Amino acid sequence: MSAAGTKAPSPAPVDQAPEHTGSRGATLVQRLVVVRELGIFAALLLLVLVTVIANPRFLSGQNMRDLLLSASILTVLAAGQTIVIVTRNVDLSVGSVLGLSAYASGTLLANAPGTPVIVVILAGMVVGALCGVLNGAIVAIAKVPSLVVTLGTLYAFRGLDSLWASSSDRLQINAADLPASFKSLGGARLLGIPVLFLIAAAVVLLVGFYLRNYRSGRELYGIGSDPAAARLSGIPVGRRVLVAFAVNGALAGLAGVLYAARFQTLDATAGTGLELNVVAAAVVGGVAIFGGSGSVYGAALGALLLTTIGTSLPQLGLNPFWRDAAVGALILAAIVLDRTLSLRLARRLRGRNLRGS
Amino acid sequence: MAVDTAPATPAGQAPAQRPQGPSRLRLLGTGDGVITFVLVAFLLVAGFTVEGFASSRNTGFLLLDVVVIMLIALPLTLVIVTGEIDLSVASTVGLTSAVMGQLWFSGLPLELIIPICLLLGAFLGAVNGFLVTRLGLPSLAVTIGTLALYRGLAFVVLGDRAVADFPRSWTGWALSSIGTTGIPVVVVPLLVLVVLTGVVLHATPIGRSLYAMGNSEDAARFSGIGVERTKFWLFVVTGAVAALGGIYWTLRYGSARADNAQGLELQVIAAILLGGVSIFGGSGGLVGVIAGALLLGSLRNALQLVNVPSDVLNIVTGVLLIIAVVTPQVAAAVRGRRRPRGRPAAP
Repeated sequence: MSAAGTKAPSPAPVDQAPEHTGSRGATLVQRLVVVRELGIFAALLLLVLVTVIANPRFLSGQNMRDLLLSASILTVLAAGQTIVIVTRNVDLSVGSVLGLSAYASGTLLANAPGTPVIVVILAGMVVGALCGVLNGAIVAIAKVPSLVVTLGTLYAFRGLDSLWASSSDRLQINAADLPASFKSLGGARLLGIPVLFLIAAAVVLLVGFYLRNYRSGRELYGIGSDPAAARLSGIPVGRRVLVAFAVNGALAGLAGVLYAARFQTLDATAGTGLELNVVAAAVVGGVAIFGGSGSVYGAALGALLLTTIGTSLPQLGLNPFWRDAAVGALILAAIVLDRTLSLRLARRLRGRNLRGS
Repeated sequence: MAVDTAPATPAGQAPAQRPQGPSRLRLLGTGDGVITFVLVAFLLVAGFTVEGFASSRNTGFLLLDVVVIMLIALPLTLVIVTGEIDLSVASTVGLTSAVMGQLWFSGLPLELIIPICLLLGAFLGAVNGFLVTRLGLPSLAVTIGTLALYRGLAFVVLGDRAVADFPRSWTGWALSSIGTTGIPVVVVPLLVLVVLTGVVLHATPIGRSLYAMGNSEDAARFSGIGVERTKFWLFVVTGAVAALGGIYWTLRYGSARADNAQGLELQVIAAILLGGVSIFGGSGGLVGVIAGALLLGSLRNALQLVNVPSDVLNIVTGVLLIIAVVTPQVAAAVRGRRRPRGRPAAP
């Protein structure tokens, strides 16, 4: 599959209309993104294949469901992160936002067990969106690097979370404190597929549709590939970046509620260190760390790949501690690959423009 | 504080780039002066109002906590001045600590382990440097990757075990103080390194070339500076110094663990930015960084003394980091000296 994908670009010029190089360049870029995602997909298939050979029970229904459940939270976070990274920013505070939202929804349910699940989800998303707006406002108004700002809020939000937990009478919220209606969400299935995964899939499709088909979605890519040019062409850069952070925050808040439903034991440490996995999922999925390209589907595949690595390492008889190292190695491999591909693409586009003129 | 910091950036920038400026005076440049003033003011206020803050015992504790942060801040300042960043330093500390523990566990003498660990650190730095300078990858992305990779390898080496039976003579030295002053012995070698770094950064052609790279990499290249080579070696030195930090960390706490110094990069970077170094590269000075590290350390220490919970300390560190980057931008905007608009948002 991937072999066919890599060969595809070369015959393309023949059957394309020769007049405008611009759109042909665009199709080439588009194809590169598809090839890149097929590559992740192939890697995922290979990993599953190897694991199944080592342990045939890997494909069992229960194991697959567990895998999808574990992947769903990371997938929601990766979808949100994609929106931010595409604008040449990054949000490292998502793990802390998830923790804050998870603890908030747990507290809400423990105090008011009758709250409908949809209200809890909305409350979690509001908490997350507020955090996102704060990040986005600092980045957009003060024009400081998002990396530093969100590194700061990573600690500030986490500190707020643990301060809240230690000053309330519940240091930890247990399954016994949560109503049954909410807990059933964690294990609920529709046609055999975990509901949490369906929610994650819906988020990915929605974000993907928005980024691809809406004007403001396309503008996010414009901001990421050249902020100065985006500003000159009249894109409200500050506002778009602020909204990108707000949406990402809201999705991290949603992920917090999903976390609460799945794990049902909540303290101030929920989601600690998750930001690395989220950025890794997006980057491995082909979202360029310096903005301007990549898709949310790639990020979702990246999240699925990272989760699969986590579950298959023990099944392959390897030390599960290798997982974090593998995450780091995958990030490095992905950026090296992206660099190589973009250099080749630039050469090809340049050559083509010369021939066109 | 916002008012004080206003003249910091523009004034600090200019003399640093000018080779013929008075080199001895540059060490006490005005940009560093502001943060030093804030530090002295804070120390005075805390010394008089916080009970036990000015005692020699507490000074010792404070300095012990700041030593590793200040140590790693030295080479990292140079890296940030050139416009790059290294987020993997805390993971290098962790991996060094884990390897040190494993080697000690397998019976090697510390005299042999320590050089091995330093070499390991230099190698880890060289990996960063290679990816950044040879493959032309952004240091931000590379070191996020190695942050995860090195920490992961630390867990592969040591798992969740801890090695804690290091000889008393070594761990005792790490905590010992000079006479009855309460000042830790390690402050002496640290001071030597501080002076060395200060001289390199502020009084040598190498130091000036770092500022040149941070201001305009192309201009630096055209004026004959070996940008790639210099940056590569900066990453190597940063790795080796982080390893030194890992060795000290292990001896100071008497325990080698894979999760040692997790998240320390935040405090190091906060100290550097608080000290007036621009995250965009090209400006800042070492005196400010030292003052920034001491201010951060003594603030946390003073808050601990008045029984503020550790959660609040993290909030304070995070907020200070944000203030440190926002203030110069706001100050510049107020003075109408905005930086060029096309400047990329990430280092």
